[in-house]
Amino acid sequence: MANFYKDNDDIQFLFRHMDMAGAANLIEEGFKFAKDFDYAPADAAEAIENYDLVLDSIGKLSGDFIAPRSEDIDRQGSTLNEDGTVSYADGIKESLDMLAKAHVMGSTLPHRFGGLNFPNLAHSISIEIVSRADASLMNLFGLQGIAETINAFASEEIKQKYLHDFAAGKITGAMVLTEPDAGSDLQSCKLRAFQDDSGNWYLHGVKRFITNGCGEVLLVLSRSEPDRSGGLGLSLFVCDRGPTVHVRRIEDKLGIHGSPTCELFFDNTPCELIGERKRGLAPYVMTLMNGARLGISAQGLGIGEAAFRVARDYAASRKQFGGPIEKLPAVRDMVIDMKIDVEASRALLYETNRVVDYDVGYTKKLEFDPPADKEELKKLKEVSRRYGRYAGMLTPMTKYLSSEMCNRVAYNSIQVLGGSGFMRDYPCERYARDARITTIYEGTSQLQVVAAVRGVCSGTAEKYFEELAAGHYEPQVKDLLDILKQNTEILLKAAAFVKETGADYMDLCGRALVDSAIYIICGYLFCGQASSKFDMEVDTADGKNNGKPQKVSMKKRKGMLARRYITKNSPLIKSLVDMIHSGDKSTFEQYETLAGPVPQEK
Amino acid sequence: MAYNCVVSIKQVPDTKRITGEAMNDDGTVNRGSLPAIFNPEDLNALELALDIKDKYGGKVTVITMGLPAASAILRESLYRGADEAILITDRRCAASDTLATSYILSCAVKKLDCDIVLCGRQAIDGDTAQVGPQLAEKLGISQITYVEELISLEKKTITARRNIGNGWQEVKCNLPVLLTVVDEANEPRVSVAKRLMKYKKARTPVEIQMQLKQDNPHASDEELKQLAKAKAEELQEKGLLIKQWDIDYLGADLQWCGRDGSPTKVHRIQSVILTARESKTVEPSEQCIADMVHELISDKTIS
Repeated sequence: MANFYKDNDDIQFLFRHMDMAGAANLIEEGFKFAKDFDYAPADAAEAIENYDLVLDSIGKLSGDFIAPRSEDIDRQGSTLNEDGTVSYADGIKESLDMLAKAHVMGSTLPHRFGGLNFPNLAHSISIEIVSRADASLMNLFGLQGIAETINAFASEEIKQKYLHDFAAGKITGAMVLTEPDAGSDLQSCKLRAFQDDSGNWYLHGVKRFITNGCGEVLLVLSRSEPDRSGGLGLSLFVCDRGPTVHVRRIEDKLGIHGSPTCELFFDNTPCELIGERKRGLAPYVMTLMNGARLGISAQGLGIGEAAFRVARDYAASRKQFGGPIEKLPAVRDMVIDMKIDVEASRALLYETNRVVDYDVGYTKKLEFDPPADKEELKKLKEVSRRYGRYAGMLTPMTKYLSSEMCNRVAYNSIQVLGGSGFMRDYPCERYARDARITTIYEGTSQLQVVAAVRGVCSGTAEKYFEELAAGHYEPQVKDLLDILKQNTEILLKAAAFVKETGADYMDLCGRALVDSAIYIICGYLFCGQASSKFDMEVDTADGKNNGKPQKVSMKKRKGMLARRYITKNSPLIKSLVDMIHSGDKSTFEQYETLAGPVPQEK
Repeated sequence: MAYNCVVSIKQVPDTKRITGEAMNDDGTVNRGSLPAIFNPEDLNALELALDIKDKYGGKVTVITMGLPAASAILRESLYRGADEAILITDRRCAASDTLATSYILSCAVKKLDCDIVLCGRQAIDGDTAQVGPQLAEKLGISQITYVEELISLEKKTITARRNIGNGWQEVKCNLPVLLTVVDEANEPRVSVAKRLMKYKKARTPVEIQMQLKQDNPHASDEELKQLAKAKAEELQEKGLLIKQWDIDYLGADLQWCGRDGSPTKVHRIQSVILTARESKTVEPSEQCIADMVHELISDKTIS
């Protein structure tokens, strides 16, 4: 009887620490839906109770049903049948069926389409839990952004056609973006969209690396304006996977074997336009990608949590040199750092979701229900703009942090297990393989850094740091806040130096700037958790209390964690900043010499 | 065609979480020390009923006899997809053995329009597996026990596969029928999110009374009665009032209920500790292993 929601003290703590009432109020639009839908919440307390109950149910399903299937899913993978259909691994099929029965495949869709109208934060928690059980299943469960995109931009007719079935879990979808020559650079998409004499649209061309390309509903980015190159020639279309869509191959890949990655050929496939022409890439796909990045961040977090747990268990049970290996300083250090890495990623992901939920809520309020009072309207516009900027900076940051984190943690999880970790008897090697894609898809880490560094250098970070520093903190973290303040000052100086030096140099220093900013943000978030209004007792591994685990206050524990995190990272920030101030441009000037010639086949 | 199913369920102590305090000194189960859960195989029975509803249509009604706390598993049934839930609770039901329990349940089932009655094979507290078969007898209908697969339902005929320990048997009979379901039959679904959100507020009248008493410690009985009536009406309107029946409503004969209706007497409880006295080495050859298996079957260690 495993429950991946209830057995996770950090999730339990953060769920209560985070202010979910505000987001619930915004997304439920003042709880006006309760009168039309008997399951919609009537107030914030009820909304939060709903999130808790549904997450509990997903936690049980993940622990008892999905996780036991994950090893077989990895071994079996997906199959491309002779008739062109794709079969999921048995465990994927069974798990999807269970998730559909639980009615959680449309958790962020509005009530009127049968969705649960959950905020991003609650949805993210569910993705993390499912990913901990099986990372590849997340690619199907977490693809709810496709339905969200239809909801945000398509006509009412298209919404009615698809969204009820998405919410009921009767259909799954795919975001069909990448082409052989258009990966990170989606502006160069070639797949052609054309109209017949009656104005009906059709698609023709090839798409590659399409996650769940065998899904029933496909969102396809295509060139509708043949005479326009670049992003402005692209529109977004929706089509059913009918007889004119051919799955040409499925990829044989390193990890996430349960999620089929397809190459698709569209042979004059009838389709419908989403929203307006020429807006396919920006804003539609960009919006879709932002949601997907939060999804991948949660996926990475789930993998990291799973990998940490195996290592934690092994460190306590494996005996060498007369005792458990966790008595060895090097192992202890690795285990603690893995745990803090996981919790820092969770802190940043949840905070990002909080900001995104407010951003979405404010934008919606401005569009549909703006305040009549001019002063209030002005205020709302200002806060909406500010949250929009924060969301734009934090979303790539959390995607970057969680995906890099799960690779580190999975790598170290194997290291803690030593030879056993390298064998397929333990799941660490699977976690490491599953983790590997997360820094690549939905935008590589390098592209996340490019997106985030703009925020760090533009004043958005400065404003956000100020907001963080002005938060509520208890006296025991006072000295830590002083360190964070110094960190902030030197980082902002470095950012100013980079800006003076030029845009090229900004990209070169991107990683150093973004890493430093993340250390500061997570430092503040940990201090905030240590000063939370909520507290709970959690177990420690100390069994001196008659064999029963010693308890500790979570706030106290978070205080210890904040101290270790901030004091360890402060010197790192200093060295990163020193490196930035060095102004070293050898990357530009000496690449040809230092990298040497391109290897030639002899 | 559609089939109406009645599922009989039980709240039991979670015997998988046995601790040192699990038994009272007199050898009975200390129910307070163990969390109360939905009897596991009753979940398989409910899943089979929901599966029948998904495929053929009809209604799923869940009944349980027990203390007010058993309302929790009725709510859980509503979360998973049951259409109606009924709590049979009455002090006069206390101390019922399997015979009295099946009599009382039969009185309840007779009040319902039903084609198929489903029970879990057995409850993990008593492990008797008697209530299902006795209930079928009391109702005077056919029974198929140990069902591991429902093969078909055609008009008024059911075909099911039952596990008979060393193999299986396919059985066909006419409706109405009572099935007892084993855990191999299916994998129970989890709560449906929207139903969870709706039915979390569903309550039985006795729960309403208990809650009101706790919230208004100084209210008079008459005031509490009025408050309870108002609350019940409010829930009824929203479809959130769980039905509650007592012996009078069932019209059950008191001499067949509770202690009077229970011929089972606990004579003695023995703590059995199995210890190995001698050991035997079996050579790893085909013949020796076969001989060992035969020996174990003939002395009934395995069946």
